[in-house]
Amino acid sequence: MKKRIIIGVCATVAVILALTLVQALVVPKYIDNPEGLLVGEYYSEAGGHDVIFVGDCEVYESFIPAVLWEKHGISSYVRGSAQQLAWQSYYLLEETFEYETPQVVVFNVLALKYGTPQSEAFNRMTLDSMKWSSSKLEAVKASMTEEENFLDYVFPILRFHSRITDLSGDDFKYIFNAKKVSHSGYLMQKNIVPLTEEMDEGRNLRDYTLPEGAMDYLDKMKELCEENGSELVLIKSPTNSWAYWWYDEWDEQVREYAEENELAYYNFIDKTEEIGIDYSTDTYDAGVHLNVYGAEKMTDYFGNILKENHGLSDLTHGDAVVAAWETRVKEYYDERNE
Amino acid sequence: MLFTSYGFIAFLCILLLVYYIVPKKLQWITLLVGSYVFYAFAGLECLVFILFTTVSAYAISMLTHKAIIKENAYIDANKESLSKEERKAYRARAKKKRFRILLVGLVLNFGVLAVLKYTAFAVNNVNTLVGLFGAEGFSIPSLLLPMGISFYTFQTMGYLIDVYRAKVEPEKNPAKFALFVSFFPQLVQGPISRFSDLGKQLTAPHKFSGKAFTFGLQRILWGYFKKLVIADRVLVAMNTLLDSPDEYKGAYVLLLIILYSVQIYADFTGGIDITIGIAEAMGIKLAENFDRPFSSRSTKEYWRRWHITMGTWFKDYIFLPISVTRPMMKLNKAMAGKFGRVAASKTVAYIASGVTWFLTGLWHGAGWNFIVWGLLNCLIIMVSESLEPTYKKFHDKFPRLMSSAFYGGFMSVRTFMLMGLVRSLDCYRNVGLTFSMWGSMLTFKGMGEILSGGIFKLGLTAADFIIILCGVAVVFAVSKLSARQSVRERLYQRPVVSAVLCGLLFIAVITFGAYGVGYDASQFIYNQF
Repeated sequence: MKKRIIIGVCATVAVILALTLVQALVVPKYIDNPEGLLVGEYYSEAGGHDVIFVGDCEVYESFIPAVLWEKHGISSYVRGSAQQLAWQSYYLLEETFEYETPQVVVFNVLALKYGTPQSEAFNRMTLDSMKWSSSKLEAVKASMTEEENFLDYVFPILRFHSRITDLSGDDFKYIFNAKKVSHSGYLMQKNIVPLTEEMDEGRNLRDYTLPEGAMDYLDKMKELCEENGSELVLIKSPTNSWAYWWYDEWDEQVREYAEENELAYYNFIDKTEEIGIDYSTDTYDAGVHLNVYGAEKMTDYFGNILKENHGLSDLTHGDAVVAAWETRVKEYYDERNE
Repeated sequence: MLFTSYGFIAFLCILLLVYYIVPKKLQWITLLVGSYVFYAFAGLECLVFILFTTVSAYAISMLTHKAIIKENAYIDANKESLSKEERKAYRARAKKKRFRILLVGLVLNFGVLAVLKYTAFAVNNVNTLVGLFGAEGFSIPSLLLPMGISFYTFQTMGYLIDVYRAKVEPEKNPAKFALFVSFFPQLVQGPISRFSDLGKQLTAPHKFSGKAFTFGLQRILWGYFKKLVIADRVLVAMNTLLDSPDEYKGAYVLLLIILYSVQIYADFTGGIDITIGIAEAMGIKLAENFDRPFSSRSTKEYWRRWHITMGTWFKDYIFLPISVTRPMMKLNKAMAGKFGRVAASKTVAYIASGVTWFLTGLWHGAGWNFIVWGLLNCLIIMVSESLEPTYKKFHDKFPRLMSSAFYGGFMSVRTFMLMGLVRSLDCYRNVGLTFSMWGSMLTFKGMGEILSGGIFKLGLTAADFIIILCGVAVVFAVSKLSARQSVRERLYQRPVVSAVLCGLLFIAVITFGAYGVGYDASQFIYNQF
């Protein structure tokens, strides 16, 4: 009997190891959709940032930490991912506070338009590379669509096993180490696809009220920042597209919220001229997102705001931090000028 | 709660844990509660029907038993005073009374089954009929079909008949009887158990046995392998073939027949493996439902090996009783005088077979395709039996051929294809369409297309087919090995090999199983019956 128990235990361990290996092989490596790797890249740089950006694609395509450091001496990180929902931003922020306490937290408000879980694919891109913690657990619970299953997040092999018949060389190449895709959370896009038609207004909506499900998490974010002594700053990145239309009614609600709660709110949509954004050269997808040239202008402009209005003008950093940023800035320009 | 859902696996783990933790005398209560919880997941309204069957069958069994006791007491008390003829006459009168009680039970329960399962079918047919005369039809009611109703009704009615025949002592404890009716693993797709085999086992205390528990888990794992790796993967191609029958004619029908045979075998035997495995892990032995059916060399043999418990149910409770009914006896007698005994008994057997197969078809589903399926099976068996003397002559002439592996293989393949062909009625669900598809098969149109890559346009890639083929090869090898001795018994003697194989099987299920998002979670095919 004892022998059988030992064999059983050994077999169980072997099976767990084998399945762990298979799991590492079948989980998506996001080579064609690098947005899926952004959240996981934070951990190697976690700690000591002056500013943390949270939000969706509008933050990881609009703000370049390397430029913010180079031009303003502000250390920052972008904790953004594709269609990152308000509660996902909240839980990522909660997790961030476990690693560091930034002076300023910047939240892009576009995600406030979503009050319910949207899509498994985007959930996966945000949550899969997040480290396990109570924050991730809650983020998963809040984000799952009806078709999704919590167990599939705990054991991704249960979700992605069908990829076993569809593996590529990259699945083996990046089995243990993911490809590095961002510059402190910024995803570089160098293409230029100009805006061809200026948009005047978005499609009519039945109800312009920002959903409670999202606004509640804005409240929670505010409280979390207060508890940790960080300042929450609300922004709306510049954009010019139907899909990402920011309605005046929404803007009004956020503005009121900011006033009521004494928060700063900057809507950059109407500031594009002042920032210097030219939609014929500064966007990689016809006005939806900024490309690297637009993002550099946006970052520089926002750096001035941070310095002038949010007390980040005379920052001092240790030698190690400076050295690390010098390397990051170099890596950034190496890729930009490639 | 599907056997393949995470919810069910969690439910099973908790139940097994509680089952072995509680005092042994409470084990059966744990099972009863578990069974009702399981059933409640199918819909609380379904509980009403299973409770109705339980209560009515319990009452009828008690009344029947009481009548038997009364009969026996009367005979015992009047042993001396009654002549043999008087005793016989009394027995006959009493049996008639008992039969009336039984009839109430059968009508009530089969009535519920008939109404729920066949009303829409009947109304549909009536509408077609009145439509011929230009009249407007009736609206087709949409009635709830409680999960496993065919299975638990048949099992319970079998029990009532056994009590009526005084073959079993009825269960006096209503809660214990409720467990016999509702024992959750077999609710979904059988096997259809007999009270004499299962009744006492369910309520007896079961000490934890490492061997039985391991065997149970192995059997469950084996079932999941068949279901998830083979059946549900094949399902993708089956859906494509069935969604556009006009597009997939000729050789594609042949492909469908083979694929469906693989799918239904893996699906149904896989489900039964899970069922038997769960019971085994609890120390309960359920009747086997399959005995390597695809190795059968004739249709008759096939039906002795496929869905065994259903076959024996129909034999014991339909075929045999019909064969000895008064009209049949009269017919037998009349025909024996004119055409001889053999012809007379064959005629009676054929009529009884016809009725039995008609009902078997109807049991499988409310549709003409199922009825035709049943009658075709009957026809094939009858023709085979009629040709038996011719076969015998042929086999006697070539005795070495009979014992050759090649000829044996040929007969098995022939039976496999024949049964597959008839089974395709189950796929197309339309008799006319099925016949036209059979006709198109003779043209072999599309064979070139299939061989030149058409097979990979059915939703399955080459890798999928490799997985299916490997899965089938493993199942075939295990089936061959188990013909001589239980594979699990053999492995038990070699724990290291056993652990390695089980580990590999588990990894195969997790990695190659067709489950989760991206796959249409398919019910077990026999759930629908």
